[in-house]
Amino acid sequence: MTTAAPTATAAATGPRSTVARRLLALGRAEATLLLRNRSALFTALLLPLMLIGGRHGMLKQQADSHPGLDVDSLLITGTIGGILAFVVYYNLTAAYVGRRNELVLKRLRTGEATDVEILAGTAVPSVSLALLMSGVVAAGGVAVLKLGAPVNPLLLAAGVLLSIGTMIALAALTSAFTKTVETAGITTLPVLLVSQFGSGLLIPLETMSDRIADVCRLLPTTPGFQLIRLGWTGSDGSAAATGFGGTWATALPHLVTGAVWLGLALWGAVRYFRWESRR
Amino acid sequence: METSQPSRPGDSVIEVTGLHRHYGTGATGYHAVRGVDLTVGRGELFALLGTNGAGKTSAMELIEGLAAPSGGTVRVLGHDPHRERVAVRPRIGIMLQEGGFPGELTVGETGRAWSGLTTGARPVDEALELVGLTHRRDVRVKQLSGGERRRLDLAMALLGRPEVLFLDEPSTGLDPEARAAVWRLVRELRAQGTTVLLTTHYLEEAEELADRLAIMHGGQVVTTGTVAEVIAGRPSRISFELPAFTGTALPPLAGAEVTVDGRKVTVQTAGLQDTLHDLLAWARRHGIALGALDARSASLEEAFLAIASEAAHQPPAPTPAAPTARRRLIGSAR
Repeated sequence: MTTAAPTATAAATGPRSTVARRLLALGRAEATLLLRNRSALFTALLLPLMLIGGRHGMLKQQADSHPGLDVDSLLITGTIGGILAFVVYYNLTAAYVGRRNELVLKRLRTGEATDVEILAGTAVPSVSLALLMSGVVAAGGVAVLKLGAPVNPLLLAAGVLLSIGTMIALAALTSAFTKTVETAGITTLPVLLVSQFGSGLLIPLETMSDRIADVCRLLPTTPGFQLIRLGWTGSDGSAAATGFGGTWATALPHLVTGAVWLGLALWGAVRYFRWESRR
Repeated sequence: METSQPSRPGDSVIEVTGLHRHYGTGATGYHAVRGVDLTVGRGELFALLGTNGAGKTSAMELIEGLAAPSGGTVRVLGHDPHRERVAVRPRIGIMLQEGGFPGELTVGETGRAWSGLTTGARPVDEALELVGLTHRRDVRVKQLSGGERRRLDLAMALLGRPEVLFLDEPSTGLDPEARAAVWRLVRELRAQGTTVLLTTHYLEEAEELADRLAIMHGGQVVTTGTVAEVIAGRPSRISFELPAFTGTALPPLAGAEVTVDGRKVTVQTAGLQDTLHDLLAWARRHGIALGALDARSASLEEAFLAIASEAAHQPPAPTPAAPTARRRLIGSAR
């Protein structure tokens, strides 16, 4: 310990804290933590890519009974959906639980950051990593599988943003029902399974019976993923591919369903989120 | 330090009136804070004392603005700290009872992150130097000792050069040397004009640091004032052990209350000097050696224990004091 004067009156003052600086500071700390957490890093980086093989096999099998299925583009949009689910949803659920149990969230709330900033700042590395990986996979699709350029980039972007927003809100909500980081592997399972099998990632909706497909279109993660596919290929599988103008009509129901689910997930997150662990 | 300067009304930094805090509702609810009033002037160091569960931390959290009160008002620097947190937070520093820093970050990385969240942050190294943690800069938080973690917490609370500092049990878990250093630091901050509100269950800490203090019990402030004011009216105490055979009774000690337990005698008195003189004169006259003789002025600790037990006995049903052997003759004491 030193007896040096604490210089409370020193002329030098640091910069003002702004929203951008706070998000950056929180994101940087969280990124450091992610890099030091081997199992989280494995789930985030390798799992979605390791699933590419299985994904390809499943799609190919269905293409045998449903001729005309565009396996290549489904593989790429499906992998992007998988990345969003594992890297954003699963990873962030564990991060929220971890910070909550270490009382980090409680401590952060004593500072200048608002509640929304704390949750958003914690999500910065997961979201950035997911976007980066999706970009790499998309570029790979264009380069290796010779996919065409996106038909409607606006809808593609809307699908990505909607998915990310819903995943963050669902992660915050799931964390409220998750006691430890370890049990996050179980509590995230329902959403992960539904998003992979029910939202058209592993089993395209057009290969399902109409009634089941209609139910699957109403699931929380379906609209975002279908918008990504529609924006890129010009079709969500329910009709033949159209051009830029034609995609809007197909997109409308997905946009409405997606907005409703995003609203519900945000409401649930605000209602149930826990800032400190119960002792 | 014991002379508090009554702060001018317009100069109070913290004003709390009729503060209440309920947890939960109905039969399962808990009424943790029950009508607390207190005022802390600019540059003043105010200590909140209390038994465990007295409501110190619950009250502190409301004053810090971490939660909305169930009733009453809080003003910090003229603002509602909960609803107007944007105006208040950049000017205050808060140290919670428990850490809350990720174990996998180093001390330096923790400082950098907090610096990005703090307006007018001083350089991280400067804050670490204040609490003597510079040499632990590259160590992960999980590898710090409990005392080092408390000091990191304090460094982060000091990062923004706060006008008002809230310290919830700042020296819990510190070794005596580190505690003395924290006291020195807190005194320096106060000398530079920082207003400090701290909770502690070390009475010595309050005695050492506080301009004024309040003792809480059962969610209420039982007594408040300077250390001198709180001690005033509390008796001094003399204790000693008599030899097995004295052959004579204790002298009458005017105004004193004598408690005999076997050979151990405790005398409580308002006039320590006179009572002690009478006692020593009697002992010399009869050639009696008083073993383990101890005479002490009223301390905050005694005042605290007395106030806490009075408060514990008063509100529900005033129970008659247990009969104790008082003013007994030495011969019949055994």
